[in-house]
Amino acid sequence: MNGVIQAPTIEYGTLAPMLLVFGAAVIGVLVEAFAPRYLRRAIHVPLTLLSLLGAFALVLIQVVKGDVPTTASAMGAVAVDGPALFIWGVILVLSFVCVLMINDEGHFVASAAAVPGSAEEEEAESAGSEHTEVYPLVLFAVGGMLLFPASHDLLTMFVALEVMSLPLYLLCGLARRRRLLSQEASMKYFLLGAFSSAFFLYGTAMIYGFAGTVSLPGINRALGTGALLDPLLLIGFAMLGVGLLFKIGAAPFQAWKPDVYQGAPTPITALMASGTLVAAVGALLRVFWVGLGNLDWNWRPIMWAVAALTMIVGAILAITQTDIKRMLAYSSIAHAGFLLIGVMATFDVSEQNSGSLSAILFYLLVYSLTTVGAFAVVTMVRDPGGEAGHLSRWAGLGKRSPLLAGIFAFFLLAFAGIPLTSGFFGKYAVFAAALASGSEAGDSLGGWMTGLVVVGVIASAIAAFFYVRVIVLMFFSEPAADGPTIAVPSTGTVAVIAVSLLITVGVGLFPQPMLDLANQAASGLFIR
Amino acid sequence: MSSLWLPILMAVPVLGAVVVALLPKGSDTLAKQATLAVSLVVLALTLVMAFQFPSASGDRFKFAAAYDWIPSFGVHFGVGVDGIALVLIALSAVLVPIVVLASWHDADGVRTADGTLITPKRSVKTYFSLLLVLEAMMIGVFAATDIFLFYVFFEAMLIPMYFMIGSYGGAQRSYAAVKFLLYSLFGGLLMLVAVIGLYVVAGKGTFMFPELVGVIQDPATQKWLFAGFFIAFAIKAPLWPVHTWLPDAAAQAPAGAAVLLVGVLDKVGTFGMLRFCLELFPEAAKAFTTPIVVLAVISIIYGAIVAIGQTDMKRLIAYTSISHFGFIVMGVFAMSQISQAGAALYMVNHGFATGALFLAAGFLIARRGSPHIADYGGVQKVAPLLAGFFLVAGLAGLSLPGLSSFVSEFMVMVGTYSSTAAGAGALSAAAVVSALGVILAAVYILWMVQRAMNGPTAEPVKAFKDLNVREIVVLAPLVALIIGFGFYPKPLLDVINPAVTQTLVNANVDNPDIAEKGAGQ
Repeated sequence: MNGVIQAPTIEYGTLAPMLLVFGAAVIGVLVEAFAPRYLRRAIHVPLTLLSLLGAFALVLIQVVKGDVPTTASAMGAVAVDGPALFIWGVILVLSFVCVLMINDEGHFVASAAAVPGSAEEEEAESAGSEHTEVYPLVLFAVGGMLLFPASHDLLTMFVALEVMSLPLYLLCGLARRRRLLSQEASMKYFLLGAFSSAFFLYGTAMIYGFAGTVSLPGINRALGTGALLDPLLLIGFAMLGVGLLFKIGAAPFQAWKPDVYQGAPTPITALMASGTLVAAVGALLRVFWVGLGNLDWNWRPIMWAVAALTMIVGAILAITQTDIKRMLAYSSIAHAGFLLIGVMATFDVSEQNSGSLSAILFYLLVYSLTTVGAFAVVTMVRDPGGEAGHLSRWAGLGKRSPLLAGIFAFFLLAFAGIPLTSGFFGKYAVFAAALASGSEAGDSLGGWMTGLVVVGVIASAIAAFFYVRVIVLMFFSEPAADGPTIAVPSTGTVAVIAVSLLITVGVGLFPQPMLDLANQAASGLFIR
Repeated sequence: MSSLWLPILMAVPVLGAVVVALLPKGSDTLAKQATLAVSLVVLALTLVMAFQFPSASGDRFKFAAAYDWIPSFGVHFGVGVDGIALVLIALSAVLVPIVVLASWHDADGVRTADGTLITPKRSVKTYFSLLLVLEAMMIGVFAATDIFLFYVFFEAMLIPMYFMIGSYGGAQRSYAAVKFLLYSLFGGLLMLVAVIGLYVVAGKGTFMFPELVGVIQDPATQKWLFAGFFIAFAIKAPLWPVHTWLPDAAAQAPAGAAVLLVGVLDKVGTFGMLRFCLELFPEAAKAFTTPIVVLAVISIIYGAIVAIGQTDMKRLIAYTSISHFGFIVMGVFAMSQISQAGAALYMVNHGFATGALFLAAGFLIARRGSPHIADYGGVQKVAPLLAGFFLVAGLAGLSLPGLSSFVSEFMVMVGTYSSTAAGAGALSAAAVVSALGVILAAVYILWMVQRAMNGPTAEPVKAFKDLNVREIVVLAPLVALIIGFGFYPKPLLDVINPAVTQTLVNANVDNPDIAEKGAGQ
C-alpha cells in the first residue's frame, strides 16, 4: 500500500439503474430547495417517472445485452446478479405505478406539522401547499429497495435498509384524511422499525465477531471452517433473522403491518406492500443463501416454524378484520408465509436450486402486481371523510359499480389462488418447488417440506374464506342507502388498475413468458 | 395428429359468453336468445361428434389434441374423449339449452300467480354469460387429458357456479354459495398437493394422463396421492360425511343452476374417481375399496332416510342425489365391468332424471313462491301436465323399470354383488344392503308426489296455470330421453363399455366378463 489509498473501482455501468434513481432523488431535493412552489409538482412528476423509467430501461439493456456480471461490483459491496436484476425490474415497475397513484390528488396532507383540523392546516390546504417532498422521498425509498436485495455485505445491507425505511416512516404519516391514524402508524412503524434495525445491526456485529468479516461470501467461508455452534454466530444470525423477517412481516414480527398499512396513505401502502416486500424477500434470500448457506441445518427448522406460523396467523387473523386495508395487510402476512415456503425450498441439499428460486421470483412478480391493483381500487371507493375503509361500506358495490367490483373480485380470486389467475400459478410454482425439493434424496427435511405445503394448503383454504367474504359483501348484499361514492379515477389510477389487471389475467392464462423470464433470471443464481 | 373438435366445442360457448356479456344494456331478450342459440350450436356440434365417435381414430382418447401450454411445468392443453367422457359431455350439452329455456325468466324477477316477488330483478346477461362460461368449463373438465388442465377446470368452474348461486339464488343464497365454494376449494387444494406430488414422484416432466398411468408403483405413495384425489372427488360427488354443502347449495340455487350443479358438476367427482383414482393408483384403490364402499352404502341409506324427512322440495331432491351418488361410487369401486358400466350410465341417467325433477319442482315453486311441500296439494287437478311430468321424473328417480335409471341401478347392484374384485364378500353384502335404498326411494318420491300432487286442492294452488309451451319444451325432451334410454340403453352402453374395459385394464383388475367374451369370439 505504501501509504497510498487506492481508489476503489466502481462499475458504473452495472450500477447505473440504482445510481440514476438516487441521482434523481438528490435533484428532487434540490428542486424542493430552489424551485418556486407552483413549479415543483410540474418538475417532480416527470423527473420521478422518467428516472424510474430510465432505470428500468437500463436494467433491460443490461439483461438484453446479456452482460449480467458474475462477480460482485463496487469492491464486493454490491452483487448485481440475475436474481437482483429481476428484482430490480419488478421494483421499478411497481414503484412506477405507485408514483402514478401518488400523483393522484388528495392523498397527502398539506402541512404535516399542523394539528389535524386546525386553522393552520386549513390555511396550508387552501394555499395549495401540498407536500411535494413526497416525490424525492419515494425515490430515496426506491433506491434503498434496489440496494437492499443487491447488497453483498451486511453493512451495505444495513445502509440500504435504512435508506429504504426512513423515507417510508415519514411517508406513512402524511395521509390527508384520518390524520391521527396516519401519524400513529408512522410512529409505530418508526419505533418498531428502528428496533428491528438495531437487531439487524447487533446481529451483524456478532457475526463479524465470529467471522471477522461482514461480506456474505466471507461469512460463508468462515462457516465452512469455523465452529458452527459458536454462540456469537448463533445469536448473530438469530438477530439478523429478526431484522429481516420484520421487514417482510413474518410472524411473530407481523404486528406492525396492519396498523401501518391502515394508517399510511394508500399509495404508500401499495408501495410498501409490493416494493418493500419484494426487496426484503430478495435480501432474505441473499443472506440465508449466500451468507448462511453452510448453516442450513440450523436455520431451516426455525424457518419452517416461522413460515407455518406466518401463514396461519395471517390467514386466521384476517378473518376477524373489518377494515379493507387491514384485511389486505393480514393477507400480505399470509402471502409472506407462502413466500417463506419458497425460501425454504430454494435451499437444496448442498446446491442452490434455480427451479425454486425462479418460483419465488415469479411469485413476487405476480403477487406484488396484483397487490398494487387491489390498493388502487381501494383508493377509488370513497366516503365523504376519505376512503371507505370499513368493510360494511363495501356492501352492494357490485350493484353500484359492477366493473370496479368485478375487477376487485378478480384480484381477490387471484390472491386466493383460483386457477386462471396469476396468483394460482404463483402458488403452484412455490408449492411444486417445495415438494420437489423435499423429494430429493438425502434431504433430511423431505417429509417436513410436504408438511409445510399441507399447512400452506390449509392456510390457503382459510384465506379463501375472507377473500370470498368480501366478494359476498360486494355482490350478494344489498347496497346501503348512503353507500360510498366511486371516485372518478385519474388517468394514473386507471393506468395502474389496467396494468395490474392485464398482468393478473395475462399471466393467469399464459404464464410461460413470465416463467421464462424468471427462469432466466434464476439460472445464474446468486453470486457467491 | 390433433383434432380441433374439442377446442372448438369449448371456444364456442366462451365466445358466446363474451358476446352476451358485451351486449348493450336493456337487450335482455336478445341475450337470452343468443345464449339459447349458442347452446344449441354446441349441442349440434356435440351430436355430430358423438355420431362420428365410433369411427373416429385414436386408441382410447378420440378427437385428441395436445398443445404446449406451460412448458416449464410440463403442462399441456391436452384434450380427448373416451366413451365415458363423451357421454358426460353430451349430457352437459343436452342439459344447457334446456336449462337456458327453463331459466328464461329467472333473472327477470320471478313473481308468483298472486304477484308476490320471489326473486328480484337481476342482470340477465350476466346470468346467461356465466351459464355459457360454465358450459365451456364442463366440457373442458371432462375432455381434459392433462391432469393439470383437469385441475384448472375443476377449480375454475366453481367460480361461475358460485356467482350463479350467490347472485341469483334464494334467501340463504350467500351462505349456501360460500359453503359450496369453501368445501370444494378445500378439496381442490388437497388435490392440488396430490397433483404436484404425482408430478414430482413420477418424474416424467409431464401431466399428460396417458403417460402417467402405471408410473407410480410404490404402494405407500399411491395411498397418499390417492387420498388427495379421492377426498376432493368425495366432496364434489358428494359422499357422506362431506355432503352437507349440497342440500344448501341445491336448495338455494335457481332451479336451472341446481340442475347443472347436481346433474353435471357433481359428476366430475365420480368421473374423477373412475378415471384418475382407479387408473393412476390401482393398488391404493383396491386397498381402500372396503371403507369406500361402506361410505357409499351409508350415503345410499342416509341420503334416502334424510330425504324422507325433508319438507323442502329442492332439499329433498338434493338428498335423493346423495343416495344416488352412493350407488355410483359403489359401482365404481366394485371394479367389475358391469358395475362400472352401470355407474357410468348412472351418471348420465341421473343427470336426466334429477334434472327433470329439479326443473318440474322449479316450475311448481315459481307458481307458488314456496319450496315447502306442505304448501301444495292437489296440483294434479289444476295442472295435470305439470303433475304428470313431475310424476314421471320422480319415478325415474326411484328407478322404476322401463325408465332409464332402472337399468343403471340394476347394473350397479348386480355388478357389485357378483364382483370378483378384492373384498368380494364385503361387496356382495354392500349390494344387498344398498337394495334397501331402492325401497326407501319409493317412500321419499311417492310420499312427496302424494303430498304435493294428490289430495284436496290447496287454496293458493287453485290459481295455478298448467305448463306453458316453453315449460313443456323444457321437460318433454328430458322425459323422452328417460323413457328412451330406459328401453334402449344400448347406444350409451356401446360407447361406455370399451372405456370401462380400458379402465379396468389400467387398474390391473382381472376382468372375467371380457375374458369370456374373448374366448367366445
